[in-house]
Amino acid sequence: MSRRHTPGRSKGVNGWLLSTPALILLLLAASGPLIIVAIYSVLEKGDYSGVRWILSGEGWFRVLFEKDIFDQTISLADANLSIFWRSFKLSIATTVITFAFGLPTAWFIATRPAKSRAFWLFLITIPFWTNLLIRTFAIMEVIRNQGILNTFLMHSGLISEPIQILYTDTAVLIGMTYVYLPLMVLPLYAAIDRFDFRLIEAGYDLYASRWQVLRGVILPIIKPGIIAGSILVFIPSLGAYVTPRVLGGGKNMMIGNFIELQFGQGQNWPLGAALSTVLLLVVLVSLLVYTRASSRDNPNG
Amino acid sequence: MRTILVATTALLSTTFGALAEGELNLFNWGNYTSPEMIEKFTAQTGIAVTVTDYDSNTTALTKVEAGGSGFDLVVPSANYIPVYVRKGLIAELDHSRLPNIGNIAAEWKDVPWDPGRSHSVPWQWGSVGIAVNTTVYGGDVNTSELFMDPPEELVGKINVVPEMTDVINMAIFNLGGEACTEDLELLKNVRDKMMAAKPKWLSMDYGTTDKLSSGDYAASVNWNGSTMRARINNPDIVYGYPKEGYPLFMDSVALLSDAKNVDEAYQFINFILEPENAAMISAFARYANGVAGSEEFMPEDMKTAPEIVTPAEFAAGGKFLPTCPQSAIDLYTAIWTELLK
Repeated sequence: MSRRHTPGRSKGVNGWLLSTPALILLLLAASGPLIIVAIYSVLEKGDYSGVRWILSGEGWFRVLFEKDIFDQTISLADANLSIFWRSFKLSIATTVITFAFGLPTAWFIATRPAKSRAFWLFLITIPFWTNLLIRTFAIMEVIRNQGILNTFLMHSGLISEPIQILYTDTAVLIGMTYVYLPLMVLPLYAAIDRFDFRLIEAGYDLYASRWQVLRGVILPIIKPGIIAGSILVFIPSLGAYVTPRVLGGGKNMMIGNFIELQFGQGQNWPLGAALSTVLLLVVLVSLLVYTRASSRDNPNG
Repeated sequence: MRTILVATTALLSTTFGALAEGELNLFNWGNYTSPEMIEKFTAQTGIAVTVTDYDSNTTALTKVEAGGSGFDLVVPSANYIPVYVRKGLIAELDHSRLPNIGNIAAEWKDVPWDPGRSHSVPWQWGSVGIAVNTTVYGGDVNTSELFMDPPEELVGKINVVPEMTDVINMAIFNLGGEACTEDLELLKNVRDKMMAAKPKWLSMDYGTTDKLSSGDYAASVNWNGSTMRARINNPDIVYGYPKEGYPLFMDSVALLSDAKNVDEAYQFINFILEPENAAMISAFARYANGVAGSEEFMPEDMKTAPEIVTPAEFAAGGKFLPTCPQSAIDLYTAIWTELLK
């Protein structure tokens, strides 16, 4: 019997062989850096920067606890927790607001004639033509004290003093909503596009109110789109760096900025690495929750 | 379309490659390098210069220490030069390759942080004070109380640059301490006073020149040269020299140990020690430069500027920051991290 007739095993071996390049790439490019981050988080911090190759739990300890510089008492690191809480809060708010704006927008696009849909979608992608940093500075130009918004409001006599929006959580929220809105609209559009509009008529025929149609018919069917959009907005929001850096003014930090601080002026790489790992775990848990929630109701989705 | 793009890019890169006879990578503070001076250097030597910005000494140190940065020259502040030397990150300068080394002004020839100028040459020096927009606040500007305990008019309108060494030392001076102090009682007061003041600050950010000019900041802990540039744009800005004491700084150019373009770097260092070229650096960033004879090439408005020429009554308040021992830096970093959170 020639080898050709025993496909089972050799096919398996061949399959593994063929996928080696991909596996190596995954291992090196995806896991490699993460492993380095994990290792750095359990080392001792070096002078000014870097790490010393001595095992230490200090980095992880500092994620949750802080030692008072002066009386050496140990307490819960409420500053770290408040930064995590702020990031979480702002990311959830961004997701909700982008959804509130994104759903009508996606609905509008999906209900246009097939020909003009491409045009509307094209408009949605225009912000991606410009670098994120430049768009963020443009937002700053709008909301700063001497900026477009305040100047307009003052000229029209609505306010006499400029409203301080820049360098507040509101500024960060405005910036993130603007930046991540397309990421919500596109998956929602994809879901609504597949939606069979006759179902709405059926709903009305069965005496459902507009609200009931929305809640009972539309939302459950486009749920995969909502979940995809929420993931796409929530996760980058959680790790946002540029927007809070530029619009938050260095006082209203989010996790991303706090991690950067540890690698720069904080001079504490192990803490930075431990915080990055925590962020990764938070994202992982959120993803699990999302996918669980989506697969429970919709086994085919 | 795509092919055209690729072809054009390839064409462009070869053209530029052929023009430049050498290259040099300068790693310097943002908004600190005179483009005219760089143009002149390139025109004279054919060396193409790439300037990369950083915003703090720690950022620069971290990137350089990580290695493989590709930078040839770096411009650390005085208190960071010994750190670079100790870590072996910057090379000893061969003075025989720098004919202009003698142009360094007498008072900057032998400095505590770099004895005999063996590792660095002056770039610019200045002071850290407080810039105030007088239309918002009309009181005394020569005090660090403006940010340590902001007056009513400046609450929610004052910025503090996130530069640890400068700000912490100014705060220490405010409470009557000395630079590099490890007096825990005093440092505790420093922390408490700053923590109490922080909610009254608008932000902790760089980019002060623009935001002071535009009126987005009514006041800011700021460098003198940056304040002068803001004042030229907006005449309402004045510069305060805190009478409790304020830090002086000098940033010096140093050659990185792993520099690839060593010859070009020496040519550049020698070039900026030429009084005329040093004056170009100052004319751009508005700080004094430490090269003797450069004054006569300086723009007229700098010779009388109140930000550059320290009034005699405030001169005594200016103090050079020594390199603090690691134990002091650890304390300051802990205070700073707590403050930034």
